[in-house]
Amino acid sequence: MSFTDILFAFAGLFGLFSALLVGVLSLTWLERKTLARIQQRAGPSVVGPHGLLQPVADAMKLATKEDIIPAYADKLLFWMAPAFVAVPAFLIWLAIPFGDRIAVRVLDLGLLYLVAISGIGVVGLLMGGWASSSRYSMLGGLRAAAQLVSYEIPIVIVILSIAVLVQSLSLDAVIGGNTITIGEATRDLPGQGLIPFAFVMPMGFVIFFIAGLAELGRTPFDIHHAESEVVGGPFVEYSGVHWAVFFLAEYLNTFVISALIVVLFFGGWSWPNPPESIFGNDLSSITTNFVGGAWFMFKTYIVAVTIFWIRGTYPRLRIDQLMTFAWQVLIPLSFVNFVLIAVVLFYDWPLWMMPTLSLPILIGAAIGVQRGRGVRDRPQTVRILRRSAGEIGRPMPNAPTQTQISGEGQGGD
Amino acid sequence: MTENVAPTNLGSTIIQVPSPEPGTVDMMVNMGPQHPATHGVFRMELRVDGEQIQDLVPHIGYLHRGSEKLCEHESYSQIITLFDRLDYVSNFNNELVIVSAVEKLMDVAPPPRAELIRIIMCEFNRIASHLLFYGTFAIDMGAITPLLYNFRDREKIQALFESVSGARMMHNYFRVGGVKEDVADEFESRSLALCDELEHGIDETDRLLTENEIFLERTSGIGVISGEDALDWGLSGPVLRASGVPYDVRVDEPYSRYDELDFGIPVGSAGDCWDRFYVRILEARESVSIIRQAIALMEPGDTMSKIRRIARPPAGEVYAHCENPRGDLGVYIVSEGGERPYRLKVRPPSFCNLQALRDLTVGHYIADAVVILGTLDIVLGEVDR
Repeated sequence: MSFTDILFAFAGLFGLFSALLVGVLSLTWLERKTLARIQQRAGPSVVGPHGLLQPVADAMKLATKEDIIPAYADKLLFWMAPAFVAVPAFLIWLAIPFGDRIAVRVLDLGLLYLVAISGIGVVGLLMGGWASSSRYSMLGGLRAAAQLVSYEIPIVIVILSIAVLVQSLSLDAVIGGNTITIGEATRDLPGQGLIPFAFVMPMGFVIFFIAGLAELGRTPFDIHHAESEVVGGPFVEYSGVHWAVFFLAEYLNTFVISALIVVLFFGGWSWPNPPESIFGNDLSSITTNFVGGAWFMFKTYIVAVTIFWIRGTYPRLRIDQLMTFAWQVLIPLSFVNFVLIAVVLFYDWPLWMMPTLSLPILIGAAIGVQRGRGVRDRPQTVRILRRSAGEIGRPMPNAPTQTQISGEGQGGD
Repeated sequence: MTENVAPTNLGSTIIQVPSPEPGTVDMMVNMGPQHPATHGVFRMELRVDGEQIQDLVPHIGYLHRGSEKLCEHESYSQIITLFDRLDYVSNFNNELVIVSAVEKLMDVAPPPRAELIRIIMCEFNRIASHLLFYGTFAIDMGAITPLLYNFRDREKIQALFESVSGARMMHNYFRVGGVKEDVADEFESRSLALCDELEHGIDETDRLLTENEIFLERTSGIGVISGEDALDWGLSGPVLRASGVPYDVRVDEPYSRYDELDFGIPVGSAGDCWDRFYVRILEARESVSIIRQAIALMEPGDTMSKIRRIARPPAGEVYAHCENPRGDLGVYIVSEGGERPYRLKVRPPSFCNLQALRDLTVGHYIADAVVILGTLDIVLGEVDR
């Protein structure tokens, strides 16, 4: 590794770190504004134009707050826990491509790296939950462990299906396509320049999106810091900067999952291509890369807003329902998705076979989930009794008597 | 049997208590009095096995103000202000109970117009109270948006209250023998317009929550209580009616001018959280219809009967009760003559409904305890008095 390489690595890290901090700040503002619009409020509007500086004010407030450590806390673990959550959230970004071969480190094993790093965060939550010496933290930490470990599986299997589809673990291959050689034959595997993988494997996309929400602990899967149950879960006892770091990690993870959805299913920087006439199609040109990066961020923010939208709409599930959903629905479905893509590729079927096969399965599973749980078929249990109809209480003093039906075709109501 | 394990430092103060299951211990979780989902200063001591509740001990009294004792030292018109503060989200309904009790004792009747104003105010307050319930109940389940929608509508009701009584919440508007003053001229048109808006708002909540898949999963079959059990516990209001007992003071012992109005009583049959929620949705719609009928009946006239300014009921005892948004609120007054009651006792519906909490909750998950407590819809001002 030459000196320039090291220099570039440091510059990249520094740039990424600053960019991510700004990204997180923007994301908190975006979430508050989105929720406010959903809820017919104004949202942050005092600090700066449209409240744009509100996140800065919040950060300053948090930084100046007293950092309380509970008397009975396991101090070392209590201190370390936020780092265990935040550092992996930062590290994931090293491999995410913002343009063609533009990432802090272009990894050939990018997909493997993502899966490996994203699993570490749960340790921090569990540590924080245990070390806080609060029962709510404890419950929250255990909930987080159970939930995150369960939903890791469908995510990994879907990522594996994508790896099978592009025959590579490199994120650049996922976006730009791949060429493999089997024996004598060379074969071009499609990238997402033309058709994003969301349309190739819709089932994988839906599974990934749902499991991603759960991995983030976002509504309707926000049970590990459920405000009304465990009052913030592992974060109950944290304050000041420590809490801010947890908070940062939460939003970074939201950002990561949104970016992953864009990279894996919506073509990252490549789809739809920037118009050639304006920007040219030379992938090494700065303009193209800049537009590609902006395009990628734009799509990421759209996914993030969708996640906020879901937060503004749904109630949350209970822990047992959540686990049941993971183990009985998502994990089997992700395996079905995996087998389907393998079969399609092995027999060299055209790729449109994939959505044709998986969409009916997906819809069938959705209906099956509804039916199987039987909640839709709940009988109408509430009826209205009326005193005027003599169903309840004393008869009305001037109650209308039995409706007289005169003649045919003039039914009383 | 395991022996009692001393509190160990599990890196923490987590106290372990013996579990019926050998080899394991249960955890005590203290929910409240400072907990976002206990609707005030209520405390539940939960014994949990993992997430499952094995036992629950409710603790109340954090908001005890000695209202009943205070009433013994206040004149009857001053007691009205104390009743405002019992169930502080349905103030008019509380006022109605105390004024009708004193009127019963004195054997006076308010003028018909005052009765109708009272009914309209009480029903608006019922809707306001139920709107608050939908919102907080949704929050208990993690849906944050319905609360804001419902507060928007509740705010409109409170604006109307302000135009009538001068206060948004603690009105002190009903008087023994009538109401403080007549309503403004545009009151009727304003109320009717508000009725339409409220109907729209209730429909919105209905669409947002009632048929929601997750909502159904969280509420269907949770916290079931049978009609007999509900009667045995002395439950009342929507909680009782959701269990299939069609008891509503407004129709079973019509007070004020409720016997002239035609309205339905929503009655559930499953007795679970979903029924308790949906009964309240339908009830709010019926309240809107009651308000419309009452406004149609309104005629100009006095709003205060000709009685002495300071009420001096004769010696005697009286019990009066009305249908509050939370149930059957009763008041028992012992008078020795004079300006003040000798003794005053309140039968608070929230307090009685809360009795059933342990029975409803044991065996469910921690998250369900919050939902069940939400459907009981307690107001601590009334529980603790």
